[in-house]
Amino acid sequence: MFDQYDVIVVGAGHAGCEAAAAAANLGSKVLLITMDMTKMAQMSCNPAMGGIAKGQIVREIDALGGYSGIVSDKSTIQFRMLNRSKGPAMWSPRSQNDRMLFTQYWRELLEETINIDFWQDMVSEIILDKETVVGVKTGMGQTINAKSVILTNGTFLNGIIHIGTKQFGGGRIGEKSATGITEQLRSIGLETGRMKTGTPPRIDGRTLNYAKMEIQEGDTNPERFSYLKDERKTTKQLNCWITYTNQNVHDILKEGFEDSPMYAGRIQGLGPRYCPSIEDKINRFAERERHQIFVEPEGWNTHEIYVNGFSTSLPENIQYKALRHIPGFENAKMFRPGYAIEYDYFPPTQLNLNLETKSIKNLFFAGQINGTTGYEEAACQGLMAGINAHQSINNKQPFILNRSEAYIGVLIDDLVNKGTDEPYRMFTSRAEYRLMLRQDNADVRLTTKSYELGLASEERIEAVTAKIKKTNQIIEYFKKTSIQPEIANPMLIDNGSSEIKQNYKLFQILSRPQINIENFKNTSLEIEALFNTCDKDSLLSAEILMKYEGYLEKEQLLVEKMTRLENIQIKETFDFSAIKSLSLEAKEKLIKQRPKTLGQASRISGIAPSDISILMVHLGR
Amino acid sequence: MNPNSYQPNDTICALATPAGLGAIGVIRLSGTKAIAIANQCFIGKDLTQVASHTAHFGRLVQTETIIDEVLATVFVEPKSYTGENTVEISCHGSPYIQQKILETLVERGARLAQPGEFTLRAFLNGKLDLTQAEAVADLIASDSEMSHKTAMNQMRGGFSKEIALLREKLINFASLIELELDFSEEDVEFASRPELHTLVSNLHVMLRNLADSFKTGNAIKNGVPTVIAGKPNAGKSTLLNALIKEDRAIVSDIAGTTRDTIEEVFSIGGINFRLIDTAGIRTHTADLIESIGIEKTYEKIRLASIVVYLFDAITTSPESLANELAEFKTLDAIVIPVANKIDLAETNALQQKFAAFENLILLSSKTQDGLNQLYERLRAVVETEAGRDDVIITNIRHFKALSDAAQSLAQVLESMQINRTGELLAFDIRKAIFHLGEVTGEITNDDLLANIFSKFCIGK
Repeated sequence: MFDQYDVIVVGAGHAGCEAAAAAANLGSKVLLITMDMTKMAQMSCNPAMGGIAKGQIVREIDALGGYSGIVSDKSTIQFRMLNRSKGPAMWSPRSQNDRMLFTQYWRELLEETINIDFWQDMVSEIILDKETVVGVKTGMGQTINAKSVILTNGTFLNGIIHIGTKQFGGGRIGEKSATGITEQLRSIGLETGRMKTGTPPRIDGRTLNYAKMEIQEGDTNPERFSYLKDERKTTKQLNCWITYTNQNVHDILKEGFEDSPMYAGRIQGLGPRYCPSIEDKINRFAERERHQIFVEPEGWNTHEIYVNGFSTSLPENIQYKALRHIPGFENAKMFRPGYAIEYDYFPPTQLNLNLETKSIKNLFFAGQINGTTGYEEAACQGLMAGINAHQSINNKQPFILNRSEAYIGVLIDDLVNKGTDEPYRMFTSRAEYRLMLRQDNADVRLTTKSYELGLASEERIEAVTAKIKKTNQIIEYFKKTSIQPEIANPMLIDNGSSEIKQNYKLFQILSRPQINIENFKNTSLEIEALFNTCDKDSLLSAEILMKYEGYLEKEQLLVEKMTRLENIQIKETFDFSAIKSLSLEAKEKLIKQRPKTLGQASRISGIAPSDISILMVHLGR
Repeated sequence: MNPNSYQPNDTICALATPAGLGAIGVIRLSGTKAIAIANQCFIGKDLTQVASHTAHFGRLVQTETIIDEVLATVFVEPKSYTGENTVEISCHGSPYIQQKILETLVERGARLAQPGEFTLRAFLNGKLDLTQAEAVADLIASDSEMSHKTAMNQMRGGFSKEIALLREKLINFASLIELELDFSEEDVEFASRPELHTLVSNLHVMLRNLADSFKTGNAIKNGVPTVIAGKPNAGKSTLLNALIKEDRAIVSDIAGTTRDTIEEVFSIGGINFRLIDTAGIRTHTADLIESIGIEKTYEKIRLASIVVYLFDAITTSPESLANELAEFKTLDAIVIPVANKIDLAETNALQQKFAAFENLILLSSKTQDGLNQLYERLRAVVETEAGRDDVIITNIRHFKALSDAAQSLAQVLESMQINRTGELLAFDIRKAIFHLGEVTGEITNDDLLANIFSKFCIGK
């Protein structure tokens, strides 16, 4: 009944969808298996994409030829560029999305992608030939053969949902959990752990009093995630709202603490510290009198509201009672309660940098199964796993991004080398080369690489090539052209910058904090003509590269300094156990994780700098 | 040594005491087979059977020829300097004997150690951390009480601790900034800028001071550069002779590193003073101020930390002295005015004459009256500068890292002043943390190792 596939993707969440698309677009024959085809790329938690550090990831996915950016743009109900008050490296795009449209557009895109077949079923087992995966078995008893398998099971592996004292099996509320895979993989030696995450209640928007809340509007000139130019512009937007909890709300929530699955110890998995439940916030930050609540609409054609900041697993009646003491929520009606979910994950130190398991050939993991949280984190892993599954079965080089090339590189390197105990979320502070990894230049950083791989389209490479050319042209002009005081001074005065007395090069004036590149537009006909040939993105790129030149150069020097460790290879046969002088902990971790370079070794937790020095000597450096 | 050539399984040997004639010499042998190899050429107790940390008298033989009567001290791993089996052979201090013993050991399977190899092994076996290993190099090179003291302080980890503390403070600071960057959307309170400014300025001053102490530290390590200046016939050469003829002085000729001059060193209270350009004083034709001109003289004087300004107590008026001293004001050196030829006038009268000058020393280089006061002053000047118990930087690599860290913090202060955005502050703070990590060894890079291990002499 089934063909022989190149890649089977198990799960059709954000990771699975990107994985299927990437592998198929590279030319692999793909089967996407999901338990429910109506839930593809479901936004199980908040109806939003991007945010600080995450928005950069979405742009990276787009630059590489993934679909998340395109789908987000098509389903946007509000768009904001966060961190605008900070420098361009911090700017982070974020969209609120229509949950149903998001799913719908993803499914349409995948159905349009040649090379992808679909099958609705639960995968209960992978089929092994010695230490290589060769297919899967399903709950309905099907055997399907493939050269590689990508597991993107999300929260479904032995998922248990908790609401107050109630608990029941499930991968999302109202959906069954998946069993079999964890047990099988554990039996052949893979380690597993439990993690926990949670989601807030959903409310009927018609029952809210927005007059009591602060409005949060979208940007006046909303931007988009995708670098592709042919997408329609966002015109209409919906508002979000901000309100706060208070002491009353906290007191009511505390009534439910004894029934809380967290405090009663029924949940063993570790939850994310940076996305705590409301009960956690009250408990851990008892001194705070209020907590912020974001009221987010779920779409154009629904009244459903997402109560961001109120994730909880307390009993439904407590949730309901507490909610009604939040300003604006006095008459709120609940669509469904918040809940916590516990699920299996596989510590990601068991993976190589291409996301393939170290112990089973052609078996790849992506998304929450690796201990991450977030659609963006999942999607980018899916994309990389899809690419690498294709590379692996075609005996091609693994596609690995460095920490200095992409947030995706930082994410995977962190997972594989450091591992994670709590759901891993990306932050800009995790990136040591943050000034380079900006949302405005993901295409410059990545599109060529992806194009060479065969994934990014002709259209993308043409766009980025044109952008780079234009950017360089502007920079060249600004570096060689001088401006006279009589022309510059009116513009400088207008912008609160001090006057000049002699000629200066344009880029010297641009380096002043008060001045931006648009200010030069009317200083000469030549500049105006030049600007008229440039799109907004090239102008912005040129401005950033000139304004931050000094910092970018310093960061580049750091990259070069640190890369030397990355270039010291550790041979497959290198015997860590023979080095007496390594600490016991270091020896164990090194033997287990088998880093391929000294740089990788240096990031394994528990490996001290002195261990690295010792290795360096033994590796002949 | 060059860590490239590290052969961990070899047994290595080297002379551990200075080469040349001496009462005794010590040859050190370290490695898995150290005790066995020593035992093969040792007639006396069976060294493979003796307890650790015991010394044994016996004869050292090459095949059948007796080379010397020796004392062999056995250290069983891991309780030795290198953490390996070690034997220290004390023999008579003849270069011939030492050479013969080394030859014998090599014949029996040891090989000659490369510079720094013993310390490299100590480091690899976890006996020393990197900064300590570095300090060992300095300790061995120390030739005065003061440099010994700073090296010891560093080896005991005092310096690392201080830097680690600063680094921790910066990491805390950095995390406050990171909070603003990654959680700006959330309802979190941000640290106040004035508080941050105060913290960074304080840290900046501390780092600057540490980096500045390199000058003192370097002076302590290499001798405090000192100049004797003064007009012709002020008595400079007599004073020079008096200074270097002193019994307790270590008088040696060191070939100048940057110029073809001879530098002379004398020691007071454990501090070495290096006299700059004494050649100019010795050859009467080249009296500094007259023949080379004031500019050239200043070039020399600029190299000095201390200027001993000698003048004729009889012929110099307080007014002209004040003018002459004012010429030194722009220098970054401590000037000690010394009134010479006091044997030709009443001391009281002279004291009155120059009462306006603080810290003036009255001296007769002819009778050597007042010489002790000059010694005292020289010593006091250096000790005040060094602060004795303060941490002093003596290592060029540390100096570089601390200067870089201080520079990064200066950049942070500047950025705060002109309201640069948080991620740019964070960049420079991260950079400062990185540079401090280079000192404490929390950042590893190959330069560090190569630099450290290239500095060792053979035998340690």
